[in-house]
Amino acid sequence: MPQPAADAPVLAADYFQSYSVVGLLAALGVLFVAVAFGAGRLLRPVVPTPEKLMTYECGVDPVGEGWAHTQVRYYVYAFLYVIFAVDSIFLFPWATVFAAPGYGATTLVEMFVFLGFLAVGLLYAYKKGVLEWT
Amino acid sequence: MNDVLDVALRLLLVFVLFLVLPLLVGQTEHKVMAHMQGRLGPMYAGGFHGWAQLVADGVKFAQKEDIVPAGADRRIFQLAPALALLPYLLVLLVIPIGPSESAVGQHIDAGIFYVLAVMGVGVLGSLMAGWASANKFSLLGGLRTAAQLLAYELPMLLAAASVAMAAGTVSLGGILNAWEWWWLPWQIIGALVFFTAGLAELQRPPFDAPIADSEIIFGAYTEYTGLRFALFLLAEYAGIVIVCGLTTVLFLGGWHGPWGADGLGWVWTLLKTAVLAFVVIWLRVSYPRLREDQLQKLSWTVLIPLALAQIALTGIVKVAIQ
Repeated sequence: MPQPAADAPVLAADYFQSYSVVGLLAALGVLFVAVAFGAGRLLRPVVPTPEKLMTYECGVDPVGEGWAHTQVRYYVYAFLYVIFAVDSIFLFPWATVFAAPGYGATTLVEMFVFLGFLAVGLLYAYKKGVLEWT
Repeated sequence: MNDVLDVALRLLLVFVLFLVLPLLVGQTEHKVMAHMQGRLGPMYAGGFHGWAQLVADGVKFAQKEDIVPAGADRRIFQLAPALALLPYLLVLLVIPIGPSESAVGQHIDAGIFYVLAVMGVGVLGSLMAGWASANKFSLLGGLRTAAQLLAYELPMLLAAASVAMAAGTVSLGGILNAWEWWWLPWQIIGALVFFTAGLAELQRPPFDAPIADSEIIFGAYTEYTGLRFALFLLAEYAGIVIVCGLTTVLFLGGWHGPWGADGLGWVWTLLKTAVLAFVVIWLRVSYPRLREDQLQKLSWTVLIPLALAQIALTGIVKVAIQ
């Protein structure tokens, strides 16, 4: 098996440096939102009435509470997604090396095995009627 | 000290772009939609063709009373707009616009991975809003948002993985360095899948069932007013910029152009992004909304198989040309 080329070693210091800039921008963003909300508080009127604070339901008094029961169909899709997404995440590290010298055909076969699994899984879900919304 | 100044300037520039580009897209949408529908759109604010309409809107939003429904989960309700908005800011930082090392806010090695992960967080804002509002319309909208994210994140991931395979790297700059013009036809299926899935993740028409105003008022944002509502709107338009920018970088060759690649690379990036943003607006005017079941069906039975086919094609071609 060929070793990955080590011509561009990544130093841990660089690694953290790039993400610390991300962290700084995140801090800047949080600051922006905080200032916007703070300034908004100074600018806007505050005149609450019970009618204003009532949950909106097209103008009539709300019936029951907002946290109601919902369709189980959403739940099935969530499961389906988790299964497939966890699979696909592994594509990325593999994608960077699969065509490196010495891999070629082997990894291509592996890829088709992987795609085959996903396709069969999808076909099974389809046959089971999971992908039908009714 | 110089480094500090450099980073500060970059962050400031990214931040300013983050506030300006969405407004540009928004104003363009006002005008383009209006002209496509045979009307004028905003004409008064600012004098010249209503250029200051969105500024006026912003002033209006800032003065509006901020109402949190009595039944709502107060903290979560108030934080949701921030969480919807900020991920797009963090993504904008890593999108390269020119060929030189310095034409990007901050180079990140695991670019694609970072971008997709952070963008996924933005949807949490809508989910929080949908749940915390304690409103039936909001809850429905939130659930539809979740279902839509689950359905369209997968084809997006797969299409992005195809480009990573073609370039042999997950860094955005690295992908563009490896890019050749014939990648355009080679990756065209992936590009269409990625753009469509991106559109769906933004909940833009025709994939706007989660905020369908004729069915569920405004989905997860029904109870929002004033500044917090404005932040949600800003997030939507920032999202358009991000998705168009990413499609440009991953599939359309970013700074590469028929001529003037050195020096004018950033113009190509911005131009391609702008054209894609125009397409986003165009689609809004042209297509009716998809029903919830049609949305799911399109993703699971069309986009995902197409994305898998693109990966197979990428793999075969890549190994063949080695």
